[in-house]
Amino acid sequence: MTSPAVPTREPLVRRRSGRLVAGVAGGVADHLGVNVLWVRAAFVVLAAVNGAGMLAYGLLWVFVRQEAADVTREVSAKERQQAMGLAALGIGIGLVGAALQNQIVGWIVGPLGVAAVGAAVVWREADEAQRRRWTTGARSGFLGGGRNAVLRVVAGGVFVAAGIAVFLLGNLNLGQVQFGVLVVLTTVVGIGVLTVPWWVRLARDFGEERRARIVTAERAEIAAHLHDSVLQTLALIQKQSHDPREVQRLARGQERELRHWLYGPQGYGRGGSTPALDESLASALQVAAAEIEDTYAITVNPVIVGDHPLDDGLRALVLAAREAMVNAAKHAQVDEVSVYAEVEPDEVNVFVRDRGKGFDPEDVPADRHGLADSVHGRMGRHGGTVRLRSTPGEGTEVHLAIPVLQEEKA
Amino acid sequence: MTIKVFLVDDHGLFRAGVRAELERGAAGDPPLEIVGEAGSVDEAVAGIAHLKPDVVLLDVHMPDGGGAAVLARVRPAQPDVVFLALSVSDAAEDVIAVIRGGARGYVTKTISARELGDAVRRVEAGDPVFSPRLAGFVLDAFSDRPGAAPAVDPELDLLTKRERDVLRLLARGYAYKEIAGELFISVKTVETHVSSVLRKTQLSNRYELSRWASDRRLV
Repeated sequence: MTSPAVPTREPLVRRRSGRLVAGVAGGVADHLGVNVLWVRAAFVVLAAVNGAGMLAYGLLWVFVRQEAADVTREVSAKERQQAMGLAALGIGIGLVGAALQNQIVGWIVGPLGVAAVGAAVVWREADEAQRRRWTTGARSGFLGGGRNAVLRVVAGGVFVAAGIAVFLLGNLNLGQVQFGVLVVLTTVVGIGVLTVPWWVRLARDFGEERRARIVTAERAEIAAHLHDSVLQTLALIQKQSHDPREVQRLARGQERELRHWLYGPQGYGRGGSTPALDESLASALQVAAAEIEDTYAITVNPVIVGDHPLDDGLRALVLAAREAMVNAAKHAQVDEVSVYAEVEPDEVNVFVRDRGKGFDPEDVPADRHGLADSVHGRMGRHGGTVRLRSTPGEGTEVHLAIPVLQEEKA
Repeated sequence: MTIKVFLVDDHGLFRAGVRAELERGAAGDPPLEIVGEAGSVDEAVAGIAHLKPDVVLLDVHMPDGGGAAVLARVRPAQPDVVFLALSVSDAAEDVIAVIRGGARGYVTKTISARELGDAVRRVEAGDPVFSPRLAGFVLDAFSDRPGAAPAVDPELDLLTKRERDVLRLLARGYAYKEIAGELFISVKTVETHVSSVLRKTQLSNRYELSRWASDRRLV
């Protein structure tokens, strides 16, 4: 015996994407394999029969679950308009029909219809908030969707309240209504009072959890930073412990990096709020000094007074200063070089000084291009000057000066 | 006469390091002796009151208020104790805060043993100690930039040209003796200028120096 071939049907689910109201019509259409337009039309026609269409829609909405979240559909603007029109028509026909047919039914269905619309709006918002919560992970609550969501929920609430009020006023006399309202109010207040501790705890738990999350994130950030920088450097230092120069270089580089992270313009301690002058003399000089420290394993201490945005002349000045630092690092046989820069209204001065072995400027071999080209040439092309002072045995100081344009002053 | 030195720093490791450095740099004239140390503000206040050191080496960054808190509590009772700030932090905010709190100088912890010894002797003798960076900060704070508050009290709010020259050379890494040679003045005169700059930094309200410093937390 063979069982009759039954065509497999998808179980009935409400559409999640490509829905207009609650995805009921679309879901039914998918289930039956017919055009969604026909299903919607059928609901409208049924609405005319004592509002049966609306009732059916509502029941399906409540009892049929939504489909999985990963299905996506495109809905054209035309179909959307059509469906909206049909929905409005259905509700209208249902209400009017009910109101015309029977006074009592009208009184019941009319206000309750309004209430139902309100409830639909609120539920829809809840649906959406829930979905958002699933996708973004507990970020938003029921009212987490911004002003629009609040607006929708409030409007829905007003609908519901108005509908219920009209229904009650129409069906009961005033005394009963007063009594009913009183009962409801006292009940609500009673429930509110009884559940106060629960609300308080809920609010506190929420704040507590938020704080814990922030602290955890903060700690994770610090740990990640320390791991990436400090711990790595310490490991390197242990490996290089036989080479004092390398240890010094690593330690100094790490110190600089950590300092920048803690106190720098975009650093941790500032909350990363104020962006630094992107291209400024001070930052360019600091970068140059850091490069020299890394390359030659010496300490360069730049002290900078004032700041100015970089222009061609100042770029040349920074490069010349860098060359002077390189010279000091290579030839002076010192482990510390002082750099001082001062921005004055019409001029920028940079001093690069070491207390090394010094030299006699007259004795520099002709094939040494460093000072002649990189420093004198660069500065000369931008209207700057170079003054060099060196005494054998006492050290060298290079003084670079360049005029700046007043209107560019930061 | 031996100079009695007291160490304040919340890091035991750093105290040990500074102690070793100072003992290496102690053999000068006059010699230095470390009479005590403290790891917190309360300990420091009690220790300084009890041991009456000549010079306190003060860490800027500590829990419960840091160097500024120690200065605020010790100076009213013991105005003759001299403070030299010693810190890894080169943030303008910290530097200016301890200077305005009454410290006679500021050096960073990377200073060499010999220089640290010299700095202690210098502040003990009544002269301020400016690291190049502190000199730079002070120059910057007193510079005439657009939008700066006007000088209300020229005696306090303006640096003289000579003071500026001295500060610039300090910022360039010159020692007092070298500055004296450079400007054709005596070392004593250099010290006088630096003392006057220190006084102005401590007392001037121009640019609301503390706020200037916190606006400029560059390292």
